[in-house]
Amino acid sequence: MNTFSPTKEGFYGEFGGAFVPEMLYPNVLELQNRYREIIETDAFQKEFSELLRDYVGRPTPLFYSKNLSKEHGAHIYLKREDLNHTGAHKINNTIGQILVAKKLNKKRIIAETGAGQHGVATATACALMGLECVIYMGAVDIERQKPNVDRMKLLGAEVVSATSGSKTLKDATNEAIRAWINNPVDTHYIIGSVVGPHPYPDMVAMFQSVISEEIKLQLKEKTGSENPDYVIACLGGGSNAIGAFYHFIDNNKTKPIAVEAGGEGVYSGKTAATIALGKKGIIHGSKTYLIQTEDGQIVEPHSISAGLDYPGIGPVHAYLNDTKKATVVSVTDEEALEAAHELSQKDGIIPALESAHALAYLKKMTFKKEDVVVINLSGRGDKDLATYQKHLKL
Amino acid sequence: MSVRLTTLFEKKKSNILSVYFTAGYPEINDTLKIVKNLDAAGVDFIEIGMPFSDPLADGPVIQESSQKAIQNGMTINLLFEQLTDLRKQTQIPVVLMGYLNPVMQYGEEAFLSKCAEVGIDGLILPDLPMEIYNQDWKVLTKKFDISNIFLITPQSSEERIKAIDNASNGFVYVVSSNSITGTNKKFDRQAEYYNSIKQMNLKNPTLIGFGIHDSETFKEACQYSNGVIVGTAFIKHISKQGICKDSISSFVVQLKG
Ligand SMILES: Cc1ncc(COP(=O)(O)O)c(C=O)c1O
Repeated sequence: MNTFSPTKEGFYGEFGGAFVPEMLYPNVLELQNRYREIIETDAFQKEFSELLRDYVGRPTPLFYSKNLSKEHGAHIYLKREDLNHTGAHKINNTIGQILVAKKLNKKRIIAETGAGQHGVATATACALMGLECVIYMGAVDIERQKPNVDRMKLLGAEVVSATSGSKTLKDATNEAIRAWINNPVDTHYIIGSVVGPHPYPDMVAMFQSVISEEIKLQLKEKTGSENPDYVIACLGGGSNAIGAFYHFIDNNKTKPIAVEAGGEGVYSGKTAATIALGKKGIIHGSKTYLIQTEDGQIVEPHSISAGLDYPGIGPVHAYLNDTKKATVVSVTDEEALEAAHELSQKDGIIPALESAHALAYLKKMTFKKEDVVVINLSGRGDKDLATYQKHLKL
Repeated sequence: MSVRLTTLFEKKKSNILSVYFTAGYPEINDTLKIVKNLDAAGVDFIEIGMPFSDPLADGPVIQESSQKAIQNGMTINLLFEQLTDLRKQTQIPVVLMGYLNPVMQYGEEAFLSKCAEVGIDGLILPDLPMEIYNQDWKVLTKKFDISNIFLITPQSSEERIKAIDNASNGFVYVVSSNSITGTNKKFDRQAEYYNSIKQMNLKNPTLIGFGIHDSETFKEACQYSNGVIVGTAFIKHISKQGICKDSISSFVVQLKG
């Protein structure tokens, strides 16, 4: 197995844990006691993988981009998570968690969303399983990711606007946690990234690990070797990144690189680059790095991409960073926009703004020509058309 | 437990009234004035909230007061400064309430030491789990003689309640319903829940909080416990009526009925 599973109490080194108010203790404890036992049964694995295959459309292709390879002088592959049902990696996790929720006899699902991709993926899973669904979304994000709001409604979910704080992902998460406190008995909270109290970071990582499991098989088939030199993913909370890294950590060859949202620049005051600026603390029930003031108030982040606009990172990434098992870097809004523009025009793939951060980092790297690089293309860019229109002057 | 809290719980077994307010709200320098006016109005002890940007267990009223307080410039440092003369002015027990992150940034030991220095009697940190408290905090709170107060809820198992009672020294904070603060659409009359706690004969006194906002809910809660904690209703009151002596005393009079 891997060497980065959390302890029984949910710690990766000093990061993680479950710093929740007592009101949530029974729910979190129930999940902690049961998630692995539920997920590890053959019946669960069978149902999960069948749904991933027949409903989500997995395995997603591993595409060799001739254009990017030529431009950057290496062998560059795109892991096409954008081709999943609903258009992002998020659905791997929501299908997994909704099966857990059913095993726990929950009747109602709540979730937070930033870009709306996790909200859509949750609403989709709820429609499929016939569960009631309420999605919390920051008022700012409701504006900038309008198509996803309409999709959630069409799928039968209720979308609740979070109007506190920066009115983005952090605040949507606060509202979802408060809603869970208010409805602890019949409701399961599907967290959309590897954040939150234990066992969420581990559970979400387990469901997303299918990404690197597939990359391994696909690379082996295409190149004869299952391990790339680099695997690059964008880092918001860190679910697509851990999914893409999972089976490559500690293999001595592969260097995992996580790309954060630099916003207008790491030192501009308008950024979401947590590792660059963050200090250790507690956010959403977990000990990790977060962007905060000297006296411990959480700072409102900024990123052009709603899905990366979060002042913390998952505890597993704090741990991988500190133990140098992964490298965390950042690119700016502008660099991400440019990368999205280029992939659209050169490869005919419109990436999500989040995923464009991973692509943008290619320009900052120097490769040997035999290097094999996998970019996790975590989602498609249809939801970002309004932003692309505005900034790329289409 | 501090002498002030011990004395209170020895002298008074029922109808204890504790009031919560957010430090730095409505105005940055209101902290000590509110403490003195609550003391004069006959409140039994006081909880001062250390404002946090992301208060997960709080409803809109306390959220807004916290946000305003932070905008006003409230920090833990400043709060301690304001409380320097606390014990020259009043002997009413004072408990600090807040979230773990700002306290972590201040430094756990430095924080507890400063609490002891200014005369704080207890601490409520809703997102500090009992397990972490027992492991990392217990020895320090003992050293500085600060009571740590835990919450229990209608969802807490009997086993959990007993463990919390054991880890507590001060009182046990009984959350009235499954909710964040300020849910006073209705005060859940959970007689069964309250009775079961009563029958457990906990070693600590119990105070019921969340949703208590008038004399009816005050009396109801006092039937089952040693007293109550009022927060949101008080914040609402001072938002409208201000923090002067008359305003605060009329709030307390009305609440006691
Ligand atoms: C396409 C896409 N990629 C990445 C993310 C960021 O989340 P995470 O870091 O958990 O993968 C999001 C979040 O909304 C997303 O929609």
